[in-house]
Amino acid sequence: MSFDLHINGAAQTVDVPSDMPLLWVLRDILGLTGTKYGCGVAQCGACTVHLDGAPVRSCLLTVAAAAGHHITTIEAIEQTEAGAKVQQAWLDEEVIQCGYCQSGQIMAVTALLQNNPHPTDADIDDAMAGNICRCGTYVRIRKAIHRAASQDA
Amino acid sequence: MRKWNRTQGEGLSPPTRRALLGGVLAGGGGFLLSAFVPGLPLIRASKAQDAVTGIVFSPNAFIRITSQGGVTLIMRHAEMGQGIYTGISMLLAEELEVGLDQVSVEAAPADPAYVDSVAGEEETGGSSSTRDSWVPLREAGAAARMMLIAAAAEQWGVPASACTARHGTVFHHASGRSTSYGALAEAAARQPVPKKITLKSPTDFTVIGTSPRRLDTKAKTNGSARFGIDVQIPGMKIGCIKACPVKGGHLTGYNRAAALAVPGVVDVLTLPDAIAVIASHMWAALKGQEAAAPAWDYGPNAHIATTDIVARMKAASEQSGVTALKTGNAEEALKRAHTRIEAVYELPFLAHAALEPINTTLHIRPDGADVWVGTQVPGRARQEVADATGLPPESIAVHNHLIGGGFGRRLDSNSIGQAARFAKQVSYPVKLIWTREEDITQDQFRPYYYDRISAGLAADGTISGWHHRTTGSAVTARWYPEGMQNGLDPDAVEGAAQTPYVMADQLVEFVRDEPDAVTTLWWRGVGPTHNVFVVESMIDELAHTSGQDPLALRKKLAAHQPRAIKVLDEVAKQSGWGRALPVGHGLGIALHYSFQTWAATVLEVAVEKSGQIRLIRVDSAVDCGPIVFPDGVVAQIQGGLIFGLTMALYNEITLKNGQVEQSNFHNYRMMRLNEAPDIRVHLVPDPDAEIGGIGEVGTVAAAPALANALFAATGKRLRRIPFAKQFSKVDASL
Amino acid sequence: MMFRLKDWMTGVASVLGCVFYCAAFAQGNASDAHSAGAERIKQGEYLFRAADCAACHAEPGGTKLTGGRAFTLPFGSIFAVNITPDKKTGIGDYTDEEWLKMLRSGVGRGGKHLYPVMPYTAYTLMSDEDALAIKAYLFSLHPEHAAPPRNQLSFPFNQRWSMIFWNWLNNPDKRFKPVSGKSAEWNRGAYLTEALGHCSQCHTPRTLTYGLSSKAYAGTVQMGWRAYNLTSDPNHGLGGWTDEQLKSYLATGKASGKGPASGPMAEAVEHGLRYMTPEDITAIVVYLRSLAPIAEGPVVQSSLKVQDKTQTETESRGQMLFVQACAGCHLPDGRGRQSEWAALAGAHSLSDPEALNLIQVLREGTSLETAQGRVFMPGFTKTYTAEELAAIATYVTAHFGGSNVAVKPSVFKN
Ligand code: FES
Ligand code: FES
Repeated sequence: MSFDLHINGAAQTVDVPSDMPLLWVLRDILGLTGTKYGCGVAQCGACTVHLDGAPVRSCLLTVAAAAGHHITTIEAIEQTEAGAKVQQAWLDEEVIQCGYCQSGQIMAVTALLQNNPHPTDADIDDAMAGNICRCGTYVRIRKAIHRAASQDA
Repeated sequence: MRKWNRTQGEGLSPPTRRALLGGVLAGGGGFLLSAFVPGLPLIRASKAQDAVTGIVFSPNAFIRITSQGGVTLIMRHAEMGQGIYTGISMLLAEELEVGLDQVSVEAAPADPAYVDSVAGEEETGGSSSTRDSWVPLREAGAAARMMLIAAAAEQWGVPASACTARHGTVFHHASGRSTSYGALAEAAARQPVPKKITLKSPTDFTVIGTSPRRLDTKAKTNGSARFGIDVQIPGMKIGCIKACPVKGGHLTGYNRAAALAVPGVVDVLTLPDAIAVIASHMWAALKGQEAAAPAWDYGPNAHIATTDIVARMKAASEQSGVTALKTGNAEEALKRAHTRIEAVYELPFLAHAALEPINTTLHIRPDGADVWVGTQVPGRARQEVADATGLPPESIAVHNHLIGGGFGRRLDSNSIGQAARFAKQVSYPVKLIWTREEDITQDQFRPYYYDRISAGLAADGTISGWHHRTTGSAVTARWYPEGMQNGLDPDAVEGAAQTPYVMADQLVEFVRDEPDAVTTLWWRGVGPTHNVFVVESMIDELAHTSGQDPLALRKKLAAHQPRAIKVLDEVAKQSGWGRALPVGHGLGIALHYSFQTWAATVLEVAVEKSGQIRLIRVDSAVDCGPIVFPDGVVAQIQGGLIFGLTMALYNEITLKNGQVEQSNFHNYRMMRLNEAPDIRVHLVPDPDAEIGGIGEVGTVAAAPALANALFAATGKRLRRIPFAKQFSKVDASL
Repeated sequence: MMFRLKDWMTGVASVLGCVFYCAAFAQGNASDAHSAGAERIKQGEYLFRAADCAACHAEPGGTKLTGGRAFTLPFGSIFAVNITPDKKTGIGDYTDEEWLKMLRSGVGRGGKHLYPVMPYTAYTLMSDEDALAIKAYLFSLHPEHAAPPRNQLSFPFNQRWSMIFWNWLNNPDKRFKPVSGKSAEWNRGAYLTEALGHCSQCHTPRTLTYGLSSKAYAGTVQMGWRAYNLTSDPNHGLGGWTDEQLKSYLATGKASGKGPASGPMAEAVEHGLRYMTPEDITAIVVYLRSLAPIAEGPVVQSSLKVQDKTQTETESRGQMLFVQACAGCHLPDGRGRQSEWAALAGAHSLSDPEALNLIQVLREGTSLETAQGRVFMPGFTKTYTAEELAAIATYVTAHFGGSNVAVKPSVFKN
């Protein structure tokens, strides 16, 4: 089936099964491999992208459900104000270890800051607990979120 | 080819694998001239890499400078998050006199040039003492610098000693002349390789000991970093592998027509014990696998349960084993001890559960092959593919990639051999992926250990007799059989045979018992993660039983180790040891020396009335000798602690009917951000000591510090991992 | 004795729910597609789905209708039989008469009494034509030689003749007769609901001997799952649902503002209801609408009730766990994100004072094949402690259902 997708500001048409999760459309059809596969069951958050600005787990979001919505992936998040701020804070705090989870982490944080520019620790807990980091970068993730939040334009 | 000639360890460490997952300096070095083998630049510094054209100055296997001025460091270590790209680059850059911002990093191909001279193969990990990197990699940089300076001096007609190099440029101060490395590349290539290499004095270091921005992180913030799973090759198909759920079973049938009927599926390939559905994308492969509905004969292990495995280990543990260490007479000392504790400690099978699942991309042709994979052992990877295909190893190119978490998993290359046996059945390139479920159920697990330990205390509070018998699988026997020492697996007793403490009468034994239905492998922290839990818990038991403060007892027993006292004092101060705590809270301490690093860790825990465990805070004082990359050390301790605490609270792999019962993160649980403790790392380096590893140190400390804190909080001694369910009022009674 | 019989019946009851595992459908034999009976076979396949046969008779983990699925009861195990036309191990030797007798009186070939795991007290209402169409469909399948394991029941439950008394009490052995004065649509709905869908088997409370009580469709509990009140009562039953919500729920397993179907109901949708024509779904709705109201069972949730964040310590622990493992799909506000099936808002289970179905999905997970792919939730008992799961359930009911249910950890004990 053919689906019209708006990904990172560009219109794309893909011809794929309707139940195909967006994750695989991004990675295998469109070559946007920044979005990662970690679990396939919405437990790890590595596949997080934005659907109309809200974080979603692309591993369980079907292409049919994504069609017609605005999708943003890690490849384009620097074009958002919050995203660029988060990326910079991530570098400044040296959050990243293996990096495999970090696309998802950055997407989750960006969505958080877009809705809530000054999150409390409790807000961070709620927004970020769904994203696993096997390397254990949590301490720095929290610090980097506070740093990004403190750098208002 | 695989010459396992492990050096004896220094100090307390036993002769075994060290810094397996690598501190920033883990891994060996070799200073070898080599033909330049082009690879793929994975990480680029801010300056774009020049196209590799024209003259290339490549004085050794680790450095390549083009006449356009591009400086590339060829990295023979795999970057798994431990910061090794940065750490090793710092060593090279320090002596080469280039800024880290001037260099690109490229993964080394499988090539004899990158063979670790001690380990006998290419490996990222503790195959050799960390000193092997510390000196030779700096020498590699220094040699190149000397050749560049010599080239400039020759051009200018001045003595080389009158020239200096800084930030990729050679200067002659007297005349004010300067030339960039790029301009000198051609001339430098003609210079003889220096016979005597002078290294900088540590006081002149400008890179080592600083915390520069990591080289690999920028690409990891914008999705451009390429992990093995991200490989895309023209004409490539994507396949999804499923192996028999029971080890030792085989495929008996599958519905080929149904799989091929799934749109996008192009092929179904089989091995005696596995099936791979190949498609144009992963979703089709997954659907195809479901449709193929493979049927299995589960074979001889079809009825194995963890309880059977443990029952056999328990029986085996009743007999004495191979002696790893014997001093004095433990038996006699125990008899005359004032207090005596006998205990059994158990540690479960563990999966690595790195966030990037196993994957391998291959293109196998009649005359050669390309392999794109993230591996800690590129040489083995190549050999696996050669064995699977019959191709000569020289015709196989291994393109190493960033690894989304290693933790020991990528020290194994069997999955690459499996992938090659599938890929050789087709002519096109194919990326073969394990699902998360496959990654967990088909992992090679950290062994289950069944440890019996008896320890006595004399009336004066010192140890009187220590008998530790560990029973479990010998990973060494499978992974490098030459490392076995008359039936002893040195890894299985690492951290047990050499404790930080005075023990006059000590007996440490190993009983080898290989579990059915399970293959075992290295896991972050290796031997010490196992043994330090047992030893440090036992020391705590002795302290409490004899009414001594756990910190005081450790200081007393390790009084002969000044670095131990230093980290203990530091952690006591930083954690506020002895401070008043709210009800239900407890502080636990653990001391260890492993991977040539000393660490003392204090953990504060709270146990709620419901039995819920809350981690409050961890303080860790670390002395890893001289520090190359301080922030990297801190990050590794933080991450290592989370890794170890996750295991200690939640993780175990269990089998029923020969099949692994865990499959994904809903039943193999990972610690989350909202339960992670505050972690404070206190560095107390010793510049004159040997360089220590750090990747595994935090993991080692986690379980004993937590077990001891839980005891302090509740009076309940946990001798079995994982802990969380044991505090449940309902689960614990199961 | 009576006490034990009741226990047994309760066990049987639990499997009357029939459907706890996924099973896919066997495909018809394509070569028959052009034969004269093709139309009948097609009709039989439709009816086979409407009667939800595959849920029990598909091989465990597979698609062939070779049976073998175990129904584990407190006193032993019963295994679903092979219903492919294999002569030795399947139904290949059944004559039409024997087939009808089996479906109606629970007496199989050779006079063997079936245990009422098989819902013949409902199937008995089926017309001859429909019953035989199902048989025609099954006979069009490839015969598979596969003998299910022998039942393992202890005395006296291994005595099939004891079923005679049960049948005498509980099996009406009558065909469905259209009710005059009711519309054709209503009658079609009644037939689908009663004879084929055997909805009452789960949704009607049982008598002491495990027959259906007179409180038709008042809701009851089957093997730990709550089958809700389907009567037209506005507070306890379906009275507050719109037709659209009901149709959507039956046809897809979800309805906006009503949450998703889970557990046995999800399987009823997956194996049966989602194949029904829109006309038949509407007919079922028309029939359900006519059920006399009975004010029993948990009150229906009218809308999402999000309470203030943290109340008790248990709830805040529950929230902490919810954001870790649940919110990825359900969203912190319970509105669902990955799919409409993840929307918790308005789910009846959130206002169940015993939170039964919530407990069940946390324990066992749930799965549903939909037109947009499989939606599922795994069970979480392996790694989360009983106290943690209880905290999640307590938080979810308090936070999204507005009820004060202190779920006990012990319900999560394996
Ligand atoms: S891959 Fe989607 S949440 Fe893990
Ligand atoms: S950085 Fe490795 S999983 Fe998060």
